[in-house]
Amino acid sequence: MNARAELHALDDLWFQISGTICNLTCHHCFISCSPTNRSFDLIPLEDVLRTLETSRRLGVKEYYFTGGEPFIHPAMVEILEHTLELGPATVLTNGTLLKRLVIARLARAETASIYSLELRVSIDGYSPETNDAIRGKGTFARAMAGVRLLLEHGFLPIVTVAQTWEDDRAEEVFHGFVELLRGEGYERPRIKIIPTLRLGAEVERSRGYYASERITEDMLEDFDESQLICTHSRMVTNRGVYVCPILIDNPAARMGDDLDDALGAYPLDQSACYTCYVGGAVCSNVCAGGFRVS
Amino acid sequence: MSGARSVATCVRGVSVSPERFDRIAVFGGVYSNHVALEAVLADARRRDVDAVFCLGDLGAFGPNPDKIFPLLVEPGVRVMQGNYDDSISRGLADCQCGYTDPRDNYFAKISYDYTFDHTSDRWKGFLRSLPESIRIELGGYRVLMSHGSPRKMSEFLWESTAPTHFLDKMVASYDADVVLATHSGLHWKRELPSDRHFVNVGVIGRPANDGSTNVWYSLLDARRGFDVTFIPVDYDHESLALEMKHEGLPTEFIDTIRHGWWTTCLEILPSKERKKGRF
Repeated sequence: MNARAELHALDDLWFQISGTICNLTCHHCFISCSPTNRSFDLIPLEDVLRTLETSRRLGVKEYYFTGGEPFIHPAMVEILEHTLELGPATVLTNGTLLKRLVIARLARAETASIYSLELRVSIDGYSPETNDAIRGKGTFARAMAGVRLLLEHGFLPIVTVAQTWEDDRAEEVFHGFVELLRGEGYERPRIKIIPTLRLGAEVERSRGYYASERITEDMLEDFDESQLICTHSRMVTNRGVYVCPILIDNPAARMGDDLDDALGAYPLDQSACYTCYVGGAVCSNVCAGGFRVS
Repeated sequence: MSGARSVATCVRGVSVSPERFDRIAVFGGVYSNHVALEAVLADARRRDVDAVFCLGDLGAFGPNPDKIFPLLVEPGVRVMQGNYDDSISRGLADCQCGYTDPRDNYFAKISYDYTFDHTSDRWKGFLRSLPESIRIELGGYRVLMSHGSPRKMSEFLWESTAPTHFLDKMVASYDADVVLATHSGLHWKRELPSDRHFVNVGVIGRPANDGSTNVWYSLLDARRGFDVTFIPVDYDHESLALEMKHEGLPTEFIDTIRHGWWTTCLEILPSKERKKGRF
């Protein structure tokens, strides 16, 4: 029998804001986003606003926006402006579409709000060679240009790195990112290293999950369940609400049409649940990396 | 005015009448800073408070952790347990702050191991005996004191990541009008709908990451409505710094005491709070 996870509180509300549509086609993308993948589509502004209103009643603590690439969404800035009136917002972006006017407007919205706006920029290597091999030709330079723009406007972007290297290189890679970002004048770089999820395109790049990589009831004994993202999060898409940001490719992870339908317990029957069990709820914001920054 | 809603409260299954006060001093995070603790208690006495409350985290960062206990116990400060106290008293492996950044964890371990090694068994027993929450009535307000939050001892409630609707739901769901917390190290307050309130009372063990060496505690007065004043307290921080140096504690901890900027445990900060600091 599978273990089940109750939703303790809906702290983190995620929006698959740009669906599976992305300007990039990264080799490790766990939901295989691309310019042509329309499995999920943009969430219309009015639907976002309605969900934000519901979220107040449910006591949501933080709002996350991902895709695909969120800044493909024509109303992304407006959505963030509305969100920042309610609570803290985080955007997971590849950084390649950030424009000066957009960033300046976001900086004004963040300054006017009592809440934080976090921008997490995905870069998967500290050189063009290592990054572009995964994220596509020219993406390192474009993402770093995005980071520079954010720094110019007073943001402290969180550079988010998917670990595509072996563990014994962790220190070298972490310090490589620190030096890279300090070279750009980012004196206190925020770096978050996350494990890859063995789903979607990543299965081709490395491997899928082994059959043994599953959560059993025994494993939950004396385990802090708040480490599992499904105990405090839900994911809103244009096709209903899913249990977490990771499993939207799995029809069984769809919990209902709207948030009120999606507040029940979830069976931890997917292999990706194992990554969450081992690594904790890595999707949320707290920075984590390799080694001491001296 | 939401006062006088209840006369009894259920604490751990037992119905008791909470003590009533009008004017109290509250702080958290002593972090073994016995010099600041003495200064804060003297300041609170001068302000004629009915009682003084400490919301936990008695050790960390500072020198000679045993020094603070008599200072708290003798004048009758009402103390509750923080995550640090829980860890030290039970001999856990770490402070349960949940840092994920390696640099944060490196310094957290130095702090924790020093505090554990220098806290005597007698005071570890005292830490073990502390309650995890305290309920009182302040004026007519039902006040629930917690360390991180009422739902989790180690929850960080930052001003820039705690929506008003989230706090309101939390306060209401714990049958309180006012929730107090500490843990994050930065003091702030939010007035909520229906005359409910949330206050992070701050810490007195280290400065508030603002470039000033003073520490902060909270004065709560409910004689006319609900009033919160954050009180800055100067103390002989240089003598603490010298004692820390003598104990071989990291320069990074001493720099915070001397200059008022946090140097460690920073990656947990949301961007708004992080930007206000130097590091």
